[in-house]
Amino acid sequence: MSDLQSDRLDDVPCFRTRGLTKVYGSGASAVHALRGVDLEIPEGDLVVLLGPSGSGKSTLLNILGGLDRASDGEFLFRGENLTRASTRALTLYRRRHVGFVFQFYNLMPSLTARENVELVTEIAENGLPAAQALELVGLEKRVDHFPAELSGGEQQRVAIARAIAKRPEVMLCDEPTGALDSATGIRVLQALKTVNETLGATTIIITHNAGVADMAHRVITFSDGRVGNVRVNAQRASPEDLTW
Amino acid sequence: MVGGTRFDLARWLPAKLDRKLLRDLWASKMQAIAIAFVVAAGIAVHIVAAGMLDSLQETRRAYYDRYRFADVWAPVVRAPERLHSDIRDIPGVAAAETRVTSGVLFDIPGMDAPASGQAISLPDTGRPAVNHIHLSEGRMPRRGQREEAVLLDAFARAHGIGVDDTVAVTIHGGRERLRIVGIALSPEHVYAIAPGQIVPDPRLFGVVWMGRDALSQAIDRDGAFTEAVVTLEPGYPEAAVIDALDRLLAPYGAPGAYGRDQQISDAFISSEITQLDTMARVLPPIFLAVAAFLVNVVLSRLVAMERTEIGLLKAFGYHDRDVVLHYVKFAGAIGVMGLALGLGLGIWLGRQMAVMYTEYYHFPFLVFRLDAGVFTSAFLVTALAVGGGGALAAWRAARLDPAVAMRAPPPPDYSKSIGAGLTRWKVIDRQTRMVFRQILRWPGRSAFTLLGVAVSGGLLIGTMFFLDSVDVMIDVYFNDANRQDVSVTFVEPRSYEAFYAIERMPGVIAAEPVRQVAVRLRHGAAEERTGLTGVPRGAELSRLVDLDNNAVEAPPGALVMSQDLADKLGVEAGERIEIEVTEGRRPVFELPVAAVTTTLIGSGLQMEIGDLNRLLGEGRVISGASLRIDTDQRGTLYTRLKDTPGIAGVSLQTEAEESFIELLDQSLGTSIFIYTGFAALIAIGVVYNSVRISFSEREHELAVLRVLGFTRGEVAYVLLGEIAVLTLLALPVGALLGTGLAWGFSQAMSSDLFRLPFVISARTYGYAAGVVLVIAISSALMIRSRLDKLDMVAVLKSGE
Repeated sequence: MSDLQSDRLDDVPCFRTRGLTKVYGSGASAVHALRGVDLEIPEGDLVVLLGPSGSGKSTLLNILGGLDRASDGEFLFRGENLTRASTRALTLYRRRHVGFVFQFYNLMPSLTARENVELVTEIAENGLPAAQALELVGLEKRVDHFPAELSGGEQQRVAIARAIAKRPEVMLCDEPTGALDSATGIRVLQALKTVNETLGATTIIITHNAGVADMAHRVITFSDGRVGNVRVNAQRASPEDLTW
Repeated sequence: MVGGTRFDLARWLPAKLDRKLLRDLWASKMQAIAIAFVVAAGIAVHIVAAGMLDSLQETRRAYYDRYRFADVWAPVVRAPERLHSDIRDIPGVAAAETRVTSGVLFDIPGMDAPASGQAISLPDTGRPAVNHIHLSEGRMPRRGQREEAVLLDAFARAHGIGVDDTVAVTIHGGRERLRIVGIALSPEHVYAIAPGQIVPDPRLFGVVWMGRDALSQAIDRDGAFTEAVVTLEPGYPEAAVIDALDRLLAPYGAPGAYGRDQQISDAFISSEITQLDTMARVLPPIFLAVAAFLVNVVLSRLVAMERTEIGLLKAFGYHDRDVVLHYVKFAGAIGVMGLALGLGLGIWLGRQMAVMYTEYYHFPFLVFRLDAGVFTSAFLVTALAVGGGGALAAWRAARLDPAVAMRAPPPPDYSKSIGAGLTRWKVIDRQTRMVFRQILRWPGRSAFTLLGVAVSGGLLIGTMFFLDSVDVMIDVYFNDANRQDVSVTFVEPRSYEAFYAIERMPGVIAAEPVRQVAVRLRHGAAEERTGLTGVPRGAELSRLVDLDNNAVEAPPGALVMSQDLADKLGVEAGERIEIEVTEGRRPVFELPVAAVTTTLIGSGLQMEIGDLNRLLGEGRVISGASLRIDTDQRGTLYTRLKDTPGIAGVSLQTEAEESFIELLDQSLGTSIFIYTGFAALIAIGVVYNSVRISFSEREHELAVLRVLGFTRGEVAYVLLGEIAVLTLLALPVGALLGTGLAWGFSQAMSSDLFRLPFVISARTYGYAAGVVLVIAISSALMIRSRLDKLDMVAVLKSGE
C-alpha cells in the first residue's frame, strides 16, 4: 500500500471499477444491489452520486471505502486491485487513504471536538494539527466542546474536520447534509468544497438533493444497480448559490 | 436482540409479539444463559443448604424416634437394680432402662495401635426400652451365651470383622474372646467418638453390645447397673427429671445426670446442624440477593437497549401494558430457566450431600425432605428480581412518546461529568480518555459492574476462608495446645507408680501426668458440666494457649479457663467460681479464674496437678498420662500398653489429626467446593453480561472506529479497557468485602465444639483474584470475537 502514492500517475484514475457486482443473500431472496458497474473517477474530482433509494449508490460507496466486498468484478484504487484484499489490508487502506462523512455524524460522544479529530490524527501518518482541521471547517471557537454541546451542523463539521485531518486522498460522504436544514447544509458543503480544493482529495458525495449536483465536477446517476448517466459540469456552482 | 432467522419454533406461536419474544431470546441466548446461571446459583445454594439441613434434621428425628434414643443419661458407679422401678416412676419419665457399661480395649490382629471403646449391656429379654440398636446384619446375643456380642457397624467395617468372627477384648482388666453374632448401628453412636476426643475414628473407637449377665459378671456388677437411660414425656422439662435422678442416685457415686446436649454423638451432630443452619441462613440470602440485584440491573439494561423497538410497537398501537408485559415475559422466561436449572441442580446436589452425610454419620436410612417454604421463597425471590428488573425498565421505555422513543437518543453529554477534565492530561491518549470518560459518565453503571465483580470475589474469599480457618484451628489444636502423640487414661485413679511405669516404657520420649475429674461449675445462676484437668507446672504436652499460641499456665491455687466456658458462665479473669467435683467424695470449693484463653476446639479448664490433688484431699494421684513417643518404637509401645492392666483407653493424636482432616475434607470441603463453584458462577454471570451489554451499547461507536481505520485490537482496547479498569478496581474492593464476610462467618459459625479463627491466607486472596481475572479475561475473549463481526455498513445508514 505504501507505494500507492509514489506510483501516482496522471493518467491513472483514483478509482476504477470493472463489472462490479454485489449480491446480498442467495437463491430466490437474493438482492442485486450492483449489476455490473464500470466507472472511472479521476484524481481530485468532486463527484456527486444521485439516484433513488436502493439504486446501489451506497453499496458502491461502501465498496470504494473498503467497508464491504464486491461479489464479482474488480475495484482498483490508484491502479492497485483491492477486490480481494484482506480485512487487515482494507483496515490500513481506510486508515491511510479514506476520510468518511456520514449522515449521522457518528462522533465519539465521550471526546471533545478536538479529541474527536485527534483520535484520527493519532493513527494517521501525516495528519493535520487538529486545530487547523477545525479551522478549515470554521469551528476554531468550539474545539473543547463535547458533541452534546454542539448543534447538528457543528457536529457534522467536526465530522468533516475529522475526515480531512488525516489528509485523505479520498473523501466519501454519504448524505452529509441529510439531517441538516438548508443554511447549515450549505455551510457543510462549503467546507467539503474547501477541502476538495485545498487538499485535492477526490470527493464523492451521495445525496438525494439534485441541486447539490451543480457544485460537482462530475455527476453520476444510478438506477437499479447500474450507472445510468455520467454528466460533466462545464460550469460549477458555488454552494451558496445552490437551489435547495 | 433482533430476531434470529433459523429458529423456527417461533412460527408456531400465535401471537406475533410472542414470536418476537422467542426470537429475541434466541438472539441473546448467551446473555440469557449467563443471567440464568446467576439466578440458578442463588436458587441452588438456597435449596442445597435447606435440603441438607431439613434432611439431616428429619433423618435424625426419625432415627431417634424409631430407636427410642434417650433424653437423659445417668451414670453411676454401682446402683442396685431395684432402683429401676423408682426411676420409671419419676414424673416425666416415659421409659427407663438400666444397663451396665464399661471401657474396653480391643486387640485387633495386625493392628499395633490399641483400639478403645465401650461395652454396653443389652437386656437379656427382648429389646431395650431405651437406646435400641439397629441390626444391619446377624442377630442379638442369646440369653446365657456369654461370649456372644454385637459389634458397632463402622468399627466392624473398618477392620473387616463380620458375623461369626471372634474379637479379643480386655474388659476391666480381664481378657475375653467375643464371638460376633450381629453388626449394628446405634443412635447413641451416630458419631462414633471416644469420650474426650474431638474426632470420630471408626478404626480406633468401637462399641460392643453384650448380654447383661455376661457383662455384669465381667465387671463385677452383678445385680447392679452403672447407667440409667430414660426418655421423657413430650414437653416435660428435662431439668426436673435430671434433678430427680441426681437425688435418687447420689448415694451410688453418680457424677450427675445429663441431657442430649452433653451426649457426645448428639452434641457433634447438633454442632454440625448448627453450622449447616448458619450456612443456610447466611450464605443463600447473600447469594440470592446478589443474584437478584444482578439480574435486575442486567435486565433493565437489556430492555433499555430495546428503546427503538418499543417506540415502534407503540407507534403501531400496542398499549403500554402490552409492551411492559412483553418484556416481563422476556425476563420471566430467563427467570424460569434459572429457576428450573437452580431447582434441578439444588435438589440433585442436596440429595448427594444428604447421602454423603448419611454414610458419614452412619444413619440406617435417609429421609430426604424439602420444605414447601423453600420452594415458595425461591420462586418469590426470582419473580421479584427478574420480573422487577424487566418491568421497571420496560415501564420507563413504554412511558416515552413513540416518536421520541423511535428517534435515536441525543448523544450522551459528557461535558458535565468529571471525566471532561481529562482533556488537560496530555499524556493520556484519546482511546484511554474514552475508556475513563465512559466509566465516569455512567458512575452508577460502573459502580454496579465494579460491585458485581467485587461481590463475586468477596463470596469466593468468604467461602474459601473456612479452609484457612480450619487449617489454623487444626494446627493450633494439634501442634500448639495438644502436643502429645498418645493420651493414656486409667480405669481408676492411680498412684505415680503407674505413671513412672509408663514413662519407662520403650519408645516414650517424654511423659506428663494428667489428673482429670468431672466437675460442675457455678457462677451466679449459670451452671456448666465439664472436666477439670490437672497438669504439671511447665507442661509441654497438654496445654491451654492464647491467641498468639503462647502457653497460659494457672498460677498456684487458681484456674485457667477457655473463652467459651467463661462466656457460658459469664466469668471474667479475676472472678471466682464455685466448683463441685462430681466424683469420689464430691467436695465443693471456690477458686479464682486467673486467665481466660481462646480455645479453638472443645473447651478447657486447667489447674496445676498438685493443687488439684490437694483440693481433692488425695495423695499424688493421676488419672492418665500424655506421652510423646518415638515413632520407630511405636509397635512395641502399643503392645506394652495393651498388656498393661488398668488402662481404660489409649488415644493417638496423629491418627486423630489425620482423621480430623479427612473428616473436614469430606464434610466442610464438599460444601466449600460447592459454594465456591456457585460464587464463580455468579462471577461469570456478572462479568460476561457487563462486557456483553457494554458491547451492545457501544456497538455503533466501535463500528465507527473500525470505519475510521482502527484495527480490531485498537477497538477492543476501547471496549475491554473499561472492564479491565473496573475489574482491577474491583479486586481490592472484593478483598475488603470478602474479609468482612469471613469475619461475619467466623462470628456466626462458631459452636460449642469449634471456634473458627479469623484468618485469611494470601493464597485465598490470590486464588479469588485469579478466578475473577480468568473469568474476566475469558468473557473479554468471547466478546472480542464479536468485534470482528461488527457491521460497518449499517453504521453509515443509522444514527445510533
